[in-house]
Amino acid sequence: MTTQLTAYIEGIGILGPGLTDWPSSRAILTGEQSYHSLKTAIPAPELLPAAERRRASDIVKLTLATSLEAVAAAGLEAASLPSVFSFSNGDGLNCHTICEMLASDDRQISPTRFHNSVHNAAAGYWSIATGAMATSSVLCAFDASFGAGLLDALTQVVVDGGRCILMASDTPYPEPMFSKRPIPDNFGIALVLAPQAGPQAIAQIKVSITHDDPYKFDETALETLRLAIPAARGLPLLQAIAQQKTCRVVLDYFDGTRLAVEVSLC
Amino acid sequence: MKPLLLSHFTATSCIGRGLQQTLDSLRSHRQALKPCDFETVDLPTFIGEVEGVDDVKLAASMADYNCRNNRLAQLGLEQDGFADAVDIAADKYGRDRIGVFMGTSTSGILETELAFRERDPVTGALPTGSVYGKTQNTYSVADFTRQYFQLSGPAVAVSSACSSSAKVFSNARRMIEAGLIDAAVVGGVDTLCLTTLYGFMSLGLLSTQACRPYDAERDGISIGEAAAFALLERPAANTDAQSVLLLGIGESSDAYHMSSPHPEGLGARMAMQQALQSAGLNPADIDYINLHGTATHSNDEAEAKGVAAVFGHETPCSSSKGATGHTLGAAGAVEAVICALALQNGFIPGGLNTREADPLLKLNYQLKNHDQALAHVMSNSFGFGGTNCSLIFGLAQVGLKQSGEPQQ
Repeated sequence: MTTQLTAYIEGIGILGPGLTDWPSSRAILTGEQSYHSLKTAIPAPELLPAAERRRASDIVKLTLATSLEAVAAAGLEAASLPSVFSFSNGDGLNCHTICEMLASDDRQISPTRFHNSVHNAAAGYWSIATGAMATSSVLCAFDASFGAGLLDALTQVVVDGGRCILMASDTPYPEPMFSKRPIPDNFGIALVLAPQAGPQAIAQIKVSITHDDPYKFDETALETLRLAIPAARGLPLLQAIAQQKTCRVVLDYFDGTRLAVEVSLC
Repeated sequence: MKPLLLSHFTATSCIGRGLQQTLDSLRSHRQALKPCDFETVDLPTFIGEVEGVDDVKLAASMADYNCRNNRLAQLGLEQDGFADAVDIAADKYGRDRIGVFMGTSTSGILETELAFRERDPVTGALPTGSVYGKTQNTYSVADFTRQYFQLSGPAVAVSSACSSSAKVFSNARRMIEAGLIDAAVVGGVDTLCLTTLYGFMSLGLLSTQACRPYDAERDGISIGEAAAFALLERPAANTDAQSVLLLGIGESSDAYHMSSPHPEGLGARMAMQQALQSAGLNPADIDYINLHGTATHSNDEAEAKGVAAVFGHETPCSSSKGATGHTLGAAGAVEAVICALALQNGFIPGGLNTREADPLLKLNYQLKNHDQALAHVMSNSFGFGGTNCSLIFGLAQVGLKQSGEPQQ
């Protein structure tokens, strides 16, 4: 029998090229508004203390922005939430700068650059900003990172019986690494998941592993975005929720191993 | 939590390839840390290098994965019959029912560090040979492990700095309990690179000697490298009494500072308490604590306060990092294996290089090996970003009886 993991989505946050928040993105995903890819504008991280705010890189600010939108929509305090962070890479610019310095005659990288280089930098800043002392799971599965994060978050909800916030974010590398990993822009999705249908619940999702082909957008620009940025592999799920009807959507995960999501409204 | 069986495990670090060499080194207090001579690194520090990593040859079909981190991964996977055990489990459960959960902090970044020296002088382009996705990317070693065994189930890299390969036990535990998989290959692999050597130097955290955890004269870490793995399964009712079980997991975040622990060890304390709670054990049930014990001033001080708050001052404890060095993202898995060896062989490993335990830290820090039957041990792993994970292991004889629920 296929194992299905069930959870309720209570809050959604999104930020990416041409996608500024969930209400406006919902209108784009239902086709009410047309999609125009504009460079992602990341807001300043007001929640961080001044010292951390100065040091925060794009992946930190991006992740804070999407998560705060999702948490506010769910009517929760982030401080209470266990978290799952899924990034297909860390902060691209910081990594580039470190590699450049290490290849130079002066290898003295700064302490801030070094601690920003850890894959869990955004998780560290996030916990400082929100005061969340619960567990955080910081993951990477290359192009499968959104699916890996969703599965991990679901197991927290299903097995441990509490809420969990999933944050999937990606940032670009500058050249020359861009040519090796051409992620075009910043993009992030955050989802607050709950084990029961509370008053804030937007949709129920039932997730299982499948070998079916992944969903592809008809709209070319959205399909380009979905394929270009690993975190955007979650967009078909958000479209299914936006369309407000019961449906099944298959999300990309690994080659031949994908995630089937049955979406029903609450 | 429902106990999980470590049906097979192995570790390769500077103190040895596989379990027997690791055990012999721990028993004999063999010194394997040496003055840093890695690559072109010119720093006054000590390292724990695994010999022969660059002699490892990957299969032709895996050529794109070729980097120091994956070479060490393969070297580690091929010790102690571990690879055979995974193949047997794959035949038993199906290749889609085994998950892969690998901890790493820097993955194959060394490959990119070196490639940056070879940039085209005109265009700035990297050489054509360097393949980012299968080497540098954080997922690389999990992908490599999954491909090595031709598994098709869920897989992920956990990368939360120095807690990474302790936390993989938690991700695997949840996925097994959720019923998505029947077994998990968990582990950690991290290798020497310039980013961590120069990075820890910039923070003033590198020891100028072979590191001395919990010593009054400790002055920082010695960076090491390692690959350690365990195969996790649900224990059967007739599980051998000497088998090792994972009994408890605790995880927390400091929410305090990016590169310094909470000064009172608050997050560490929460992780240890939660691990005890999830195992259904009391502090007095823990016979030995394998400390995070990096040998930095602030880590050892904060951890000691956390341990004292939970356990008082009597529980025997030590750090393995005087022997292995700090293997960063691999440390949790290496120290899980050392805990398993301590349980099965009935001994408390004394901490190497520590001449006199810091009296200010007020723990029962063990300098010498002690033969003693152990029922339950705890392993601590903490990291940058304020990430904390404590694991509790025990012998099946005691663990299954205690939990009263052998899993089918």
